[in-house]
Amino acid sequence: MANLSHLRALEAESIHIIREVAAEFQKPVMLYSIGKDSSVMLRLAQKAFFPARIPFPLLHVDTTYKFKEMIEFRDHYPASIGCELRVYSNQEAVHAGANPFVLGTSKCCSLLKTRALLDGLAQGGYDAAFGGARRDEEKSRAKERIYSFRDGHGQWDPKNQRPELWNLYNSRVDKGQSIRVFPLSNWTELDVWHYIHLESIPVVPLYFAKERPVIVRGGSLIPPESDVVKLLPGEKVSMVKCRMRSLGCSPCTGAIRSDADTVPRIIEELLSFRRSERENRVIDHDQEGSMELKKREGYF
Amino acid sequence: MRTAEASFEASTLTIEEFLEKESGKELLRFSTAGSVDDGKSTLIGRLLYDARGIYEDQLAAIQKSKLNRSTGPIDFSLLTDGLRAEREQGITIDVAYRHFSTPRRKFIIADTPGHEQYTRNMATGASTSSLAIVLIDARNGVLAQTRRHATISSLLGIPRLILAVNKMDLKEYSRQVFEDICADFLYFAREMGFAHIQPIPISALEGDNVAKRSARTPWYTGPSLLEHLESVPVSTDVASGALRFPVQYVIRPDQNFRGYAAQIASGTIGKGDRVQILPSGQLSHVASITTFDGELEHAEAPMSVTITLEDERDISRGDMIVHTHSLPKLARQMEANLVWMTDEPLTAGRSYLLKHTTQQVNARVLSIESKLDIQAMERRQALSLGLNDIGTIRIEASRPLFFDTYKENRLTGSFILIDAISNTTVAAGMIISALEGRNAARRPVRAEERHKRNGHKPAVLEVHNANLATLLERRLFEYGCQVVALDNPGPVASLLAAGVLVITPMPGYANAIRVGELALPADDQAAVDAVLLYLAQHDILDSGHFAFGEGI
Repeated sequence: MANLSHLRALEAESIHIIREVAAEFQKPVMLYSIGKDSSVMLRLAQKAFFPARIPFPLLHVDTTYKFKEMIEFRDHYPASIGCELRVYSNQEAVHAGANPFVLGTSKCCSLLKTRALLDGLAQGGYDAAFGGARRDEEKSRAKERIYSFRDGHGQWDPKNQRPELWNLYNSRVDKGQSIRVFPLSNWTELDVWHYIHLESIPVVPLYFAKERPVIVRGGSLIPPESDVVKLLPGEKVSMVKCRMRSLGCSPCTGAIRSDADTVPRIIEELLSFRRSERENRVIDHDQEGSMELKKREGYF
Repeated sequence: MRTAEASFEASTLTIEEFLEKESGKELLRFSTAGSVDDGKSTLIGRLLYDARGIYEDQLAAIQKSKLNRSTGPIDFSLLTDGLRAEREQGITIDVAYRHFSTPRRKFIIADTPGHEQYTRNMATGASTSSLAIVLIDARNGVLAQTRRHATISSLLGIPRLILAVNKMDLKEYSRQVFEDICADFLYFAREMGFAHIQPIPISALEGDNVAKRSARTPWYTGPSLLEHLESVPVSTDVASGALRFPVQYVIRPDQNFRGYAAQIASGTIGKGDRVQILPSGQLSHVASITTFDGELEHAEAPMSVTITLEDERDISRGDMIVHTHSLPKLARQMEANLVWMTDEPLTAGRSYLLKHTTQQVNARVLSIESKLDIQAMERRQALSLGLNDIGTIRIEASRPLFFDTYKENRLTGSFILIDAISNTTVAAGMIISALEGRNAARRPVRAEERHKRNGHKPAVLEVHNANLATLLERRLFEYGCQVVALDNPGPVASLLAAGVLVITPMPGYANAIRVGELALPADDQAAVDAVLLYLAQHDILDSGHFAFGEGI
């Protein structure tokens, strides 16, 4: 008998994880970041419960610095497949005008992402939250469990992770504690794109190359989408054919020069143009081991 | 290098054709275990590097890092040691999962630390692997921890091993060194039940026989490490085994549809199949196999699907759907191997939550039958299992479980134990057999059971030399015997019934061994040795249990 292809094997494993969570937790929620990984996760959730609807809501933590195209996609796509979407922002910090150029990326992320995420989860009383993180993204994530236990403060203790064997996940939590669940743990970036291609999964158009206005700063292409992005002396906005490799907040997400305007071309680019997708996100490079620090504080 | 990327670049395939080919790739999960000094992280770094699985900017980040340990241009191990704490201590503490791919396969490596205190991490990594790389430093040969890796791999049911003899560059690529190490290892592993063991001489640092066969080992005619990983059979046993469909979730969008969702643990299910639902025992036929991508005629392990049945049945999560011609075992009591994973030791009588397939039940550990001494490769009696201990236990679930032995089926033969207070996962269990008799827990302990646990029979040793009595008591006690020295008549009969060795100066007990009548050396310590030898020769002490040899 032929073996299942690697993508079908990964798909089956992810569906198993998503169903386990729906069966064993009181109030799960799926963190929805609007990016390609979220799109794949959402498709897997649809498959897990077909022909029923997805039995939990989506939660988007909105920093208010997301690209306009992301918000349009967010407000359209989940609803079109019958999924309930909730949005949470750290209103206090947003009103105080938090932005990465004044606060620095670390503090800005901490307020608008980490704090907002923790508050949003606490407010909803969620005991399990799906995230689209993959182990191939970053070194500290290579050791993340599929079920990642968080204490009452939403924090992760890398030295005190629960052993995870076979496909037997430990879903026990006390009141106030929660589990972050990563159904895409074993997928790679290539797997994600390949699956989007095979399954014709809709993604935000920002992933596809087209002429866009950007500020060329050092090696980065910064979209002047947000008011907080100011031109430095001598800089100007120019039209460059480019696309986003990963989607974050517009001031902190650089575009890359690219002609890849279809999914196969993106994959082609991925194979020949070898840079980690996180390279263009400033936040992972501000400190050695910075992603691990953020995770300890409760970031995804 | 024949990586996926290289094959794309070098070929004239269109991207669509390339993706078509990619869609047919298999997935192989393997584990590695080794200590810091074996160069395990270096080997994985080398594999990833040679397979070009490392992105350029990750390499750039490594070169900026201040903690480079080696003097070479790139320290491959820094690519795989993830967490800050580990980077500071220079040890890989946890299980790290790594990915790479070649034109034929995708690989997921479960990279685990080798030290004894990380047995639980090794077991975790091994639980989802179908191959293990056991790494040996060519300078040191087979060490205790080599044996531990092989033992854990065998216990966790990994069918195939690669014996990677590393640092061949430091032994002048000597064929003799390689062959001696292989002979040592193969002798030791001969009864561990591996389907296949492939020894390969390598240098992770220099890259010899990692991706490509090396000219520096012309005497070696086998495959390189990567060639072997690409060609070794990926286990297909799960799809061809007996059907095990552990119901995970009941899908009920409306009154007209009632589906049972599961990831098929083993076997194949087909539309129209006659099936039995456990534990109710009800029979039905498969009406449909429903998926988002359309209905299927057949589905096989490890697919995640949803089935409907022809009859209305009361089925819930935790039930198991099977074919009537291949039923699983049914029992409340089981004997199992256990890897203990938490600081607080296991003692008999404790209750835990037991998670098996998709159900969770209460369970009580009835007894600890033995503990595996990995250094000596022997099973010994034990009253408790500590962190990283491996032992055989008997356990009783609050309701009957449907299972296969772990040897037959890794998914329906495994369980975890969870502490209901702390909520932590405390143990990984692998079922050896069902225990017969529902009332075994209420059965009185028999003399043979005491004998088996104690490793000796009850006996009276009549000793008039008080000094010798004390020494004898101490020595037997140290060996783990149930022993007591009494200087008054006491309740000796009760002690004997409890399986104890009784040392007493009081004469008159039936069948007492009169130590004073034996020909003993004058020196008391030597006399103790002689008494132990006498007891072993006369079948009071089980010689296998205590491994008494010429040393006594």
